[in-house]
Amino acid sequence: MNHTPRSLGLRLVFLVLPLLVALFVSAVILLLLNQEPGEVLRQAWRGAFGNERRIASVLNYWIPLSFAAMGLVITFRAGLWNIGIEGQMIMGAVFATYIPLYVPLPPILTISLSLVLAATGGAIWAVLVGVLRNRFGVHEIFGGVALNAIAAGISLYLVRGPWALVGNNNQTPVFPRETWLPTISDRFGVSQLMLILLVIAVLSIIFLMGRSRWGLQLKATGRNRQSALLLGVSVRSVSLSAFILCGALAGIGGAHRVLHTYHYLLPNVAGGIGFLGLLVVMLSGFHAAIVPLVAYFMAALSAGSTRFQTLLRLDPSLIDVLQGILVLTYVLFSGIQDRFFPRIREGNEEMKKEITTNE
Amino acid sequence: MQIEIRHIHKRFGSIQANDDISIVFPAGRIVGILGENGAGKSTLMKILSGFQTPDEGEIWIDGQAENYRGPQAAIALGIGMLQQDPLDVPAMTVMDNFTYGAPGAFWLGHSHLREQIQSTSAKIGFDLSPDQMVNQLSIAQRQQLEIVRLLALGVRTLILDEPTTGISSDQKEQLFHTLMELAREEGMTILLVSHKLEDVITLCDEVIVLRAGKLVGQREMPTTKSELVHLMFGQQLTEERRNERDIAQSNIVLQLDDFTVETQRLSVEPITLSLHEGEVVGLAGLDGSGQQPFMRACTGLMKGAGGRLRLDGEDMLGRGYGEFRRAGVAFGAAGRLEEGLIAGLTLIEHVALSQASDHWMGVLDWQKAGAEMQTRISRYDIRGAGEDMIEALSGGNQQRLLISLLPEQPRLLVIEQPTRGLDVDSVRAIWGQLLARSEQGAAILFSSSDLDELVTYSDRILVFFEGRTHLIEDPSQTTVSDLGHAIGGAFDSVQGEHVRA
Repeated sequence: MNHTPRSLGLRLVFLVLPLLVALFVSAVILLLLNQEPGEVLRQAWRGAFGNERRIASVLNYWIPLSFAAMGLVITFRAGLWNIGIEGQMIMGAVFATYIPLYVPLPPILTISLSLVLAATGGAIWAVLVGVLRNRFGVHEIFGGVALNAIAAGISLYLVRGPWALVGNNNQTPVFPRETWLPTISDRFGVSQLMLILLVIAVLSIIFLMGRSRWGLQLKATGRNRQSALLLGVSVRSVSLSAFILCGALAGIGGAHRVLHTYHYLLPNVAGGIGFLGLLVVMLSGFHAAIVPLVAYFMAALSAGSTRFQTLLRLDPSLIDVLQGILVLTYVLFSGIQDRFFPRIREGNEEMKKEITTNE
Repeated sequence: MQIEIRHIHKRFGSIQANDDISIVFPAGRIVGILGENGAGKSTLMKILSGFQTPDEGEIWIDGQAENYRGPQAAIALGIGMLQQDPLDVPAMTVMDNFTYGAPGAFWLGHSHLREQIQSTSAKIGFDLSPDQMVNQLSIAQRQQLEIVRLLALGVRTLILDEPTTGISSDQKEQLFHTLMELAREEGMTILLVSHKLEDVITLCDEVIVLRAGKLVGQREMPTTKSELVHLMFGQQLTEERRNERDIAQSNIVLQLDDFTVETQRLSVEPITLSLHEGEVVGLAGLDGSGQQPFMRACTGLMKGAGGRLRLDGEDMLGRGYGEFRRAGVAFGAAGRLEEGLIAGLTLIEHVALSQASDHWMGVLDWQKAGAEMQTRISRYDIRGAGEDMIEALSGGNQQRLLISLLPEQPRLLVIEQPTRGLDVDSVRAIWGQLLARSEQGAAILFSSSDLDELVTYSDRILVFFEGRTHLIEDPSQTTVSDLGHAIGGAFDSVQGEHVRA
C-alpha cells in the first residue's frame, strides 16, 4: 500500500495551529483596544467553565447548535447550501409552542408531541426549499433566504398578534411550569432528554454517512449530480430527503430554545444559531464526528462573551469579531494544507481497513 | 525550442504512471506519443504542461533546467497543452474564453483581442466567430479556439491529447495541415498523444512509445503500423469481424415511429426504426448532426418531440430517465467524469452505488462491495485498486469501469463513443463485454466517430447529417470511405434508404 492519507498527527496540527494563530491575532486586537489579552481569556474561560451554572449555559447553547450543525452535515454532503436553516429552526420553535400554550395534556405527551411537531415544522420549511429547487429551479440559497424572512415574519406575527402576552408584545405567555423540559438538577439546568436525543442524532448521522447506501448516494449527488443520476441515484428524492432530515433536526434545535431556554416564544428565537451552524460545519471540514467538538467551542465562546460586557465593559459584538478571525484562519490554513500536503485519498477509513485485510 | 526531460517519475496511489522517463524533443518536429491506456502518456504530457508536478526528475528547456508549477507558468515558458476535453467555459463567448487567460492590462482591449482572434484563426485556416457562445461550438471548433488561444499566448510547443476524437475527417485534415505548417514554417514543436496509428503515421516525424509508465521505444518515421503495434503491445493484433447472426426473428426491444427530437439548434427528422434483441445499431455522423440528442431522447434524458417511442411494446414517450432505467435502459455518456463517474469517489464506492441494496435498512456491506470490485477489476482488466479515487485512473481504465457499472442484463444499451480515446486492446475488451450483453438479448445503440468501429460492430448503421438520417442495412457491403462520404451528407454513396415516414 502506497497510499498516504493525511496522518492523524497532521490533521491535529491543522486543527490546533490555526486556533493558536487566531488567538494571537485576537490578542493583538485586544491590545489595540487597551485590554489585557490574558485577562480577557481568563474571563472568557470563567464565563464558559467557571461553575456548574456556566457550563450548563454553554451546553444549552451547544445543544441547538449541534442539532442544526448535524443537519447541515447532511445537506452539505448532498452539495446543498441550506441557508434556510435559520428559518427551519424558527418554524421548529413556532410548532413546538402551540401545545404547551393551548392544549392541556399530561407533560410527557406535551413534550413528546411538541418535539414531533417541531421536527415536522422544520422539515416542512426545508421541503419547501427542496421543492422550490427541484420543481422550479430556484437555487436553495435564494429559496432559503426568502423562507428565513417569511419564518421570521410568521413568528413576529404570532408573538405580536394571536399568541401575544397581554401587556408585552415581544413574547408569548410563559409556558406552564410542568411543560418545561426536566433538567439534570436545579443548578445544572441541562435537559437530559435533549442530550440523549442529540447523542442519538450524532451517532446515527455518523453511521448513516459512512455505512449506509443513502449516505453514499448523498455523497455521489453532492459530488456530481448528473453522474449520480446516470448511475441510478434518484437525485431529487435524495436531495429532498437531505432537506427533510436537516429541517427536522433544526426544528428540534428550535424546540429546545422555546421548551427549555426561554419557555416562551419570542421573535428572534433562533438567534443566529442556524447561521453559526453553517460556520461550525465548515470549520469541521464537513466531518460529522468533529462537528460536536467545534460546536462546543463556538458555544463556549458565545457564553464566555456575555461576561465581557459586565466585567470588562467590552462590547459583546467583539465576540463576532473573534469568531470571524477564527473562521478566516481556518480557511487560510485549510488552503495551506491543500497546497503543501495534498490529499492523496480521503474517504472511509473503516472501508479502507477492510479492503486491506481482504487482500 | 528544445525540450529535454530527464528521469521523470510520477506515481498516483498504487499506480506508477511515469517510471524514469528521459527523452529529447527537438524544435520543429512533430512527435507522436503512443501507448495503450494507462501507459502514462497523458501524465507525462500533463507534467510537461504544468498541470502536474513530477515526483522526481527535471525538465530542461533550451539547455536550461526549469522548475515550474501550473499551466500558466508552462505557457510563460512556451509550452501549451490542448486537453482531450477542451478546458473552456461553455457559458461564455469565444471572445471571453480567449480573454480570461490572456495576460495584460486590467482593462481588456476588446477590439485588439477581437482582431487577434480573427487574424490568428485566418492565418491557420480556422473559422471562429468571437461572439459565438462556446456551448454552441462543436468539439473541433472548441479545439480550434484552444489552439488559437495558446498560439496568441506565444506558445512554442503545442501538446495535443487525442485531438482527433470527435471530429470529422475533413476537420482532422485541416487540423493536421495546420499542425504541419506550424512545425515546418514556425519551427514549433508539436507533441501528439494518440491511439490512432493512422494519425500518427500521417502526421509525425518521430514516435516514442510508452508501456506501463516506461519509455520502451523510439522510432523515426516512416514506419509500419504493425511495427508500432508491436512496440505498444509486444504482439501483433489481428482484426476481427463479428459473427453473422439472425436477429430479424427476435423480439423488438425499441420501436420508434416517426420519432422526432428537437434541440434549439437542430431538429431531427422523423425516424422510424425497430431495434431487435441482440441487435447492434451504430450511429454515424459528425459531431452535432443530431445523434446525441437522439440517443438522449431514447433514454428519457431528453423528451422526444413527437411520434411514438415504445420499449418492449410500452409507450414511453415523455417519461423520465428513472422510468427508462427501470424498464431496462442503460446509458453510457461520452464525457466520463462529467456524466457517469464521480470524481472524489473511490472505485469501490462506485460499485456500491450501482448495486442494488440487499440490506433492509440500506446498510452498505463494504466487504462485499470490495469483493465485487476485485471481480470486476480482473474481469474488465481495470488497472487500479478498489480504494483509488476514480480521477487517478487513466481514461481507458475509467471507461472500463464505466462499462463494468452498466447493468448485467439490460434490455437496451445506449452508449456514446464507447471506445473514445482507447487503444486497440481496450477497444476489443470493451466490445467483448458489450457483445456478450447483446448475445444475452440486449439491443445496443452506440455512436462513434471511428468509422472502422462502426463498420466492424454494427448490424445496421444509422447515418446522421444535419438532422437528416439514412439507414445502412448491411454495413458489410459498405467501405469505410463510403461511410465517410455519407456522414458528410452524400447519402447516395451508400446503399440503403432514407428513414422517413
